[in-house]
Amino acid sequence: MTTYREAIRTALRRLLLEDSRVFLMGEDVGRYGGAYAVSKGLLKEFGEERIRDTPLCESTFLGAGIGAALGGMRPIVEVMTVNFSMLALDQVVNNAAVMRHMSGGQFEVPIAVRMATGAGKQIAAQHSHSLENWYAYIPGIKVLAPATAQDAHDMLLAAVEDPDPVFIFEHQMLYGIEGPFDPNATPSSPWKAAVLHPGSDVSLIAYGGSVHKALAAAEELEKEGISAEVIDLRSLRPLDRSAIITSVSRTHRAVVIDEAWKTGSLASEVSATLAEEAFYELDAPIARVCTREVPIPYAKHLEDAALPQVPAIVEAARRSVGSG
Amino acid sequence: MTVDISRDHALDLMLQMLRIRRLEEKSAELYAKQKIRGFLHLYIGEEAVGVGAMRGLRDDDNVVATYREHGHALVRGIPAGEIMAEMYGKANGCSGGRGGSMHLFSVERRFYGGHAIVGGGLPIAVGLALADKMKGESRVTACFFGDGATDEGEFHESLNLAALWKLPVLFLCENNRYAMGTAFKRHVSDDDIVNNPPAYGVHSETVDGMDVVAVERVVHNAAESVRETGEPRFVELRTYRFRAHSMYDAELYRSKAEVEEWKKLDPIEQLKDRALAAGLITGADIEAIEREVAREIEEAVEFAEQGAWESIGDLARHTYARDLS
Repeated sequence: MTTYREAIRTALRRLLLEDSRVFLMGEDVGRYGGAYAVSKGLLKEFGEERIRDTPLCESTFLGAGIGAALGGMRPIVEVMTVNFSMLALDQVVNNAAVMRHMSGGQFEVPIAVRMATGAGKQIAAQHSHSLENWYAYIPGIKVLAPATAQDAHDMLLAAVEDPDPVFIFEHQMLYGIEGPFDPNATPSSPWKAAVLHPGSDVSLIAYGGSVHKALAAAEELEKEGISAEVIDLRSLRPLDRSAIITSVSRTHRAVVIDEAWKTGSLASEVSATLAEEAFYELDAPIARVCTREVPIPYAKHLEDAALPQVPAIVEAARRSVGSG
Repeated sequence: MTVDISRDHALDLMLQMLRIRRLEEKSAELYAKQKIRGFLHLYIGEEAVGVGAMRGLRDDDNVVATYREHGHALVRGIPAGEIMAEMYGKANGCSGGRGGSMHLFSVERRFYGGHAIVGGGLPIAVGLALADKMKGESRVTACFFGDGATDEGEFHESLNLAALWKLPVLFLCENNRYAMGTAFKRHVSDDDIVNNPPAYGVHSETVDGMDVVAVERVVHNAAESVRETGEPRFVELRTYRFRAHSMYDAELYRSKAEVEEWKKLDPIEQLKDRALAAGLITGADIEAIEREVAREIEEAVEFAEQGAWESIGDLARHTYARDLS
């Protein structure tokens, strides 16, 4: 058993040891050890050339990562959290995503960008965003959302190896969770969804931090005799549409859980996919369990009420199977 | 004003500036004929900057340019035909028809693109220089941008980062006095751009961007200093665009008299007068260059006309290294 945080650090160490082109840069990744302590100890081991503390200039250090990737390096850029990544969004949308296409295939940007995402720590409206859908909207980049320690490790390895820009969203509530971990296991493709809990009555489709809530809901449902299948999307772009369709074609019911606001969310995209491509498989309306459309509040009881929670997922599943 | 360069040198500078001027004039003509569409930003009046700067760099250096980059690309060595074909949107263009006038690229020439988000190319240049530094290369990354880019946060962030990390970036500010239609004094609080970089510890200087010989000398010295010290430098090139910002611009923000004043400083006429007066070149040389350039431009247009259109079946190509579907 290893924590999600340690699994990422294990992957970082391996990458730094095995490939001299790899380096890590971001705010407080060095002396501080990373805002979430992911890179703790790496500065001492690898030195300031390869573990680079940046000034507070998200746009420029992410852009410099793009430039370094164009120049033959394999940069890993840590944007402390998704909340600050908006300052760098121009570099993502107008440079990282388009460089290969706009240059007629001459230039590529093999950059890996990691950032914390999500709510749940009572850090209020400016530090609790879930904006994975903004990124997953953009052709030219790839977006991953590891929910387990093993995936956090394997997906970082895959992202650095990938010739395209890959953005990894690490839910801030997951860094401390423990899970089974084998650093030498043959990784499964990061671009495919996974069935984490097989079931036959309803599909609970989630990603990132919401996966654990879906798993808890499946346990609750089991007590009531409802067999729920939990699908971890894992990759948000490309989205593994066939896995979603396959699962729902078996269960005939879908509940989509997403910590984003409902309007225009990835849950919307999953729902639209099912409506377009699996409409006749559905025995009940698709349900979405998302965040209430308010800025995330500070007070714990309000924050809890704003976010998707296990009882709401259970309730949506019950309604879907007609026992709610 | 004297000119202390050789005959061959004078002929080369004249040839390069005329190549740009005639390519741009032809582009405007083809835009009117709707062969070229989208945005088209002409470099007429600013040729001394592109030619002098490129001649001050080494072939192995990196170049990051703006959306007004036909001249830079041409002097850097991208064939005129490939530039013209790109503006036509043809598959034999230097970006396969996917970039157009604003996005010329060449991996062979280390030409990292025309960038059309003002200021957006600066962090890229910083990163290219970082890669070179980490790999132990002695290359300089030359980054062109306009006076408008100095308003952007990325300008200040990039100077700071390049200075902090001691990265070999040569910041080349093409100050043509207007950020699209907003005059320099209406968008910059300090009258003098060169005052900015020293605040970040970056050496800063200004050169007359209408004097190709001066530009080449200053950029060459600055580039070699960057190469030697590994630290960034900043050069402001004072210039002026004779044509509108783009083909959509009615030029309501400046007077015809102002444009006429600047045209008296035409960089091509200046070099011609000086080189003729110094006996370096003759009228016959100019005529020979004009004939050579006319032939090159004619062939470039022919290359673009003959080019094939990319198949619509290949629309999604180059979005990712491998098709995701």
